[in-house]
Amino acid sequence: MGVAVDTRRLGRWALNGVAGLAMAYLLTPLVSITWLAFWSQEIPTFPPEGYTLAWFAEALAQPKFVGGFLVSLQVGVAATLIGLALGVPAALAIARRGFPGRGAVNQFLLMPLVVPGIVLGTAIYVFQVEAEIATEWPIMGSIPGLVAGHVLIVIPWVVRLIAASLAGFDRSIEEAALNLGAGPWTAFFRVTLPAIRPGIVAGGLFGFVTSFGNLEMTLFLIAPGMTTLPIAILQYLEWRLDPTIAAASVMQISFIAVAMLVTDRFVKLARVV
Amino acid sequence: MARLELDALSKRYGDFHAVREVSLDVADGEFLVLLGPSGCGKTTTLRMIAGFVTPSGGAIRIGGGDVTALPPWKRNSGLVFQSYALFPHLTVAQNVAFGLEMRKLRRDEIAARVAEALRLVRLGHLSERLPRQLSGGQQQRVALARALAIRPDVLLLDEPLSNLDAKLREEVRVEIRELQRQLGLTTVMVTHDQEEALTVADRLVVMSEGEVRQIGTQRDLYERPADRFVAGFVGRSTFLEGSVDGAGRFVTSGGLGLRCAPGARPGRAVMALRPERMALGAAPLGLENDLPGTVEFVSYLGAALDLRVRLSDTDRVTVQLANRQDGKVPEVGERVHVGWSADAGRIFPPDDAAAA
Repeated sequence: MGVAVDTRRLGRWALNGVAGLAMAYLLTPLVSITWLAFWSQEIPTFPPEGYTLAWFAEALAQPKFVGGFLVSLQVGVAATLIGLALGVPAALAIARRGFPGRGAVNQFLLMPLVVPGIVLGTAIYVFQVEAEIATEWPIMGSIPGLVAGHVLIVIPWVVRLIAASLAGFDRSIEEAALNLGAGPWTAFFRVTLPAIRPGIVAGGLFGFVTSFGNLEMTLFLIAPGMTTLPIAILQYLEWRLDPTIAAASVMQISFIAVAMLVTDRFVKLARVV
Repeated sequence: MARLELDALSKRYGDFHAVREVSLDVADGEFLVLLGPSGCGKTTTLRMIAGFVTPSGGAIRIGGGDVTALPPWKRNSGLVFQSYALFPHLTVAQNVAFGLEMRKLRRDEIAARVAEALRLVRLGHLSERLPRQLSGGQQQRVALARALAIRPDVLLLDEPLSNLDAKLREEVRVEIRELQRQLGLTTVMVTHDQEEALTVADRLVVMSEGEVRQIGTQRDLYERPADRFVAGFVGRSTFLEGSVDGAGRFVTSGGLGLRCAPGARPGRAVMALRPERMALGAAPLGLENDLPGTVEFVSYLGAALDLRVRLSDTDRVTVQLANRQDGKVPEVGERVHVGWSADAGRIFPPDDAAAA
């Protein structure tokens, strides 16, 4: 008996230990970058000589960071909205309709997650060059061109998370609406859409975060002179390594964290993801 | 409220006949129950009435008007789903109001009718709750209130009690029946539970393999089952295989000669016996059929006892005895006499003949 209890206790400690290690592993970069952002010396060497908020002011004074943030925000929001407009019907079709090749279409829509960003960027770049030559439209380096690329990496998240929330959706709820006198469109907007809202919000949020932080693909599609926040950070790093970069990163992390917390207040993300 | 007619209603999926030429006439204010095992076509029939399944043939008329081609939202039927299908993001009151909003009623009229519907199911005090904050029985009553609020021409109930526990089921079915009577609702309910069916119905329709086997009152089905299936499905029966040989004579496959009601066609047949219509005693009972046998198995059911008695190597019957205080319980292996009157045994064609 005593042995059995001891084994069980040991097992619990081991499990907690492993979980703690994993947690520490995940948090280490976040914690160190945040710590670094407050160090007072310009060349980060351990131990810190003192603490300051100056680097945050420095980061906000960099026009490239502020401009890059605004471009990232703009592109992320546009790509997310377009991704949702395309992804919601796609997820509905995949979850609801039995059509030939459904599995293949489902996998295909998730592909952008699998293809390396560099490859995706190159492919889209080449395509846009050809498209511009063929149509003579100014696609290369335009915001619409960049958004079009980002839509591609938003779609897998949207489709995946909405299809997941549709899978747990009792269709007789829709039938109840029809039975009570609602036409198909009314039933969709008044019953189906609110029911899958958690999936839509979560899909949109993850899509936005993916777009906002994307570097590799964006490098190929950005116009000379234009910059997104990740690119601005990369370019800054080529010349200097001071805590400004850490301060900018902390602000970016905080921005996304706040977005998630606010979302979680309306939709419990843990229930969908 | 209105009369509901089904005229040779059919549904085929490829070669599979889910529903085969079902014709029914439900009178204004009548409570009709479709009863049958799963896969018998009862739910498909109900879904055709609601408009969710398009019939392959036949017609549906509500109040004399043909609705066969109408979509669900134009039929004015009130359907209560097995899963209740409440709108999870709307409160109880908003759920009940939904159908009234679709009908574009005035706001004060909607409020009045929601309050009335919730009062009918005694849930007025929970109108601001969300469905997930309610118990199963309460959710069920919200679903009922939602269907009643639109004042449907026909009320359709799809196994409405199957997700409730046994005690609650009994309460709710009495409640549904009382409401139905009080409001004079033309009602069709689907169930596989014969006890449920027998307690609420004005008339029952027994279905099997997509076809109507018999339509009638509880008494019709129990006393005069149309075939072996109904005899086995409504109430209980034990069956003796054998053949009719001459007027009023039945010989079992085990060689027992029995008396039965005259008029059965000679040839292979089965005799169906109700366990509660059989007598059992230690000595001969003086009935038209009176046979010695051996008790093989005893089930103690509380209010009653079930005894399986072997009459011959291949013939066994079940006898049900009321559990009286003074009665002595026969034991396994005991020699007993089993008896029944000639008209207690009903004769049906054997299964393969019925199928042909």
